[in-house]
Amino acid sequence: MSAYSITEPSRRQKWIAGTLVILYALITMAPLAWIFLTGFKSPPDSISYPPKVVFTPTLEGYVNLFTTRSRQTREYLDSLGPARTWYEEIVRKREMVIAGPSKFGERFKNSVIIGFGSTFLSVFLGTLAAYGFSRFKVPLKDDLMFFILSTRMMPPIAVAIPIFLMYRSLGLSDTHLGMILLYTAVNISLAVWLLKGFIDEIPIEYEEAALIDGYTRLQAFYKVVLPQAATGIASTAIFCLIFAWNEYAFALLLTSGTAQTAPPFIPTIIGEGGLDWPAVAAGATLFLLPVLVFTILLRKHLLRGITFGAVRK
Amino acid sequence: MAEIVIRNLRKEFGSFVAVRESSFTIGDGEFFMLLGPSGCGKTTTLRMIAGLELPTAGDILLDGENVAQVPASRRDIAFVFQMFALYPHMNVRQNLAYPLKNQGMARADIRRRVDEVARILGIVSILDSGVGRLSGGDRQRVALGRAIVREPKAFLMDEPLGALDAEFREHMAEELRALHNRMNATTVYVTHDQLEAMQMGDKIVVMNHGVVEQFGTPQEIYDHPATMFVADFIGSPPMNFLRFTGTFERGATSVHLSGVDIAVPELRQEAAGREIALGVRPEHVRLSDGGAYRGCVDATEYLGTTQIVTLQCDNGTVKARIPASQHAIIGETVGLEFSTATLSLFDAGSGRALVTAANEGAFRG
Repeated sequence: MSAYSITEPSRRQKWIAGTLVILYALITMAPLAWIFLTGFKSPPDSISYPPKVVFTPTLEGYVNLFTTRSRQTREYLDSLGPARTWYEEIVRKREMVIAGPSKFGERFKNSVIIGFGSTFLSVFLGTLAAYGFSRFKVPLKDDLMFFILSTRMMPPIAVAIPIFLMYRSLGLSDTHLGMILLYTAVNISLAVWLLKGFIDEIPIEYEEAALIDGYTRLQAFYKVVLPQAATGIASTAIFCLIFAWNEYAFALLLTSGTAQTAPPFIPTIIGEGGLDWPAVAAGATLFLLPVLVFTILLRKHLLRGITFGAVRK
Repeated sequence: MAEIVIRNLRKEFGSFVAVRESSFTIGDGEFFMLLGPSGCGKTTTLRMIAGLELPTAGDILLDGENVAQVPASRRDIAFVFQMFALYPHMNVRQNLAYPLKNQGMARADIRRRVDEVARILGIVSILDSGVGRLSGGDRQRVALGRAIVREPKAFLMDEPLGALDAEFREHMAEELRALHNRMNATTVYVTHDQLEAMQMGDKIVVMNHGVVEQFGTPQEIYDHPATMFVADFIGSPPMNFLRFTGTFERGATSVHLSGVDIAVPELRQEAAGREIALGVRPEHVRLSDGGAYRGCVDATEYLGTTQIVTLQCDNGTVKARIPASQHAIIGETVGLEFSTATLSLFDAGSGRALVTAANEGAFRG
């Protein structure tokens, strides 16, 4: 028996805590795992009842995701000769030929441009604004900060119709710029508030030291403040990216072609006789990757960002 | 290096006046102390000299040039912060090199200068360490190094020893003073610690409520305080005040309190029917049976070679510093004698010292 300690959890407490965490992880990860697995099922397997947990994996879903296909007669297929590539072979088994690439690649690219573009813009403007609010005497500072926060108090979708009409008359509908501006507008309040908190925590002496050392205010900002704020900037960027990346409603409403992002596109992947579930799951899996990678890259900062200010240094 | 002249300097923050019309001169090569309790305006004054705050009014002459409204980056002044403010994302060498990089100095020259400064401060071995893991003393040395590496016109230090523990502070104070003697650089040093100010300073300015109370050498300030605030702030325990109402002529050589005549330095001004405080430092009180002025021993504090005896007298409490070997028994009534030449007289209403033969000419503008 070890001595009783009020700060150090006992072995039993640790065991219970560990079990709870793993249980919670299993519950939340199950849908993701299901999507991941569905991506490797054949269309019949994906809709079989009872659902199949053991199945023969196939890349058919991924092939269908990236291609458009057309059904052909057996005679025609025979006349083509043997399939030249592995993906052609998969398609031929369903008595189809590849007609061309699908629009998924393009939609994915749109998501990248709009997601990262608006994240960059939000963080860039947010950092400058937060620095200004943090360091300078701004008239009506508290009111302005509240105004910025208040833009978040209403669900953005409440203004969907005005924005739709506005975008139509401004010619911003279905453009990259339009979507970047929209997501930036939604994210900027979060960015300003988060970053102001981070910058407030950076002792002003660092900048003053740089000013004394002969640097200008702007040099002090990007050589001393920015490296210090990296953690805050990184976690703010993750929050902004997650929002912009996953946003569905506005993307569905305002984009249809050139600027359509992946979220409204993926559910429209139709196979024969309904949704092509393996292709949808494959698209969803690929769609999850960038945010996952981005978050893993910045996870050290993110963790610190979430717990920021919880403990005084 | 440079002489710094402060003329009628004033700083307001909104309706709050942090510094009121302050004037003093910091001589070339002086180790100059800005002393006062917290909130007295000493740090604001220092920050105005640095250019981190711009004065509301008044002049700051740096080598004859008025820099009051010039930004910090163009003043060529170094500043040592209380929390050191070492750039946390750089190692020691980069911290030291940072002020030089901005001047466009060649890489080899920077390296040579940084190495030289590191040698002076004894921090060669930590040059490549990050600043996060340094001890307080090493941080202090790096902060000093970053200041001296540039060879600026003056060093400004804002309670640089405040973040160190007591034992180490003593050591750093000596190191700082030795460094100053070696470089002979004009240094302005802010502190609230009167011992530190006395120990290190060539000159001291004592501030209170944004006003310069007195400006002079440590001896002048200790021996001839210009105000009751200074007398009370400097010295531990502080100066005793015996309050009485008196009238005296110019040229008087004694004051009359509680039926006893006490000899004082010859007065060079008159005072009529005002409340007066007779100021006497604890070490200038002697306990003797022959003393006509009596007090009752209230408490004693043993300090090794000396002891502090607290006495209750008709005109207030008096603390006396006497040899530890002398007996003082609590409850006993003893006679007090004061060394005449060291006594000060204050107008208790305004708090200002009355001019006597002892302090005449001791107060600077």
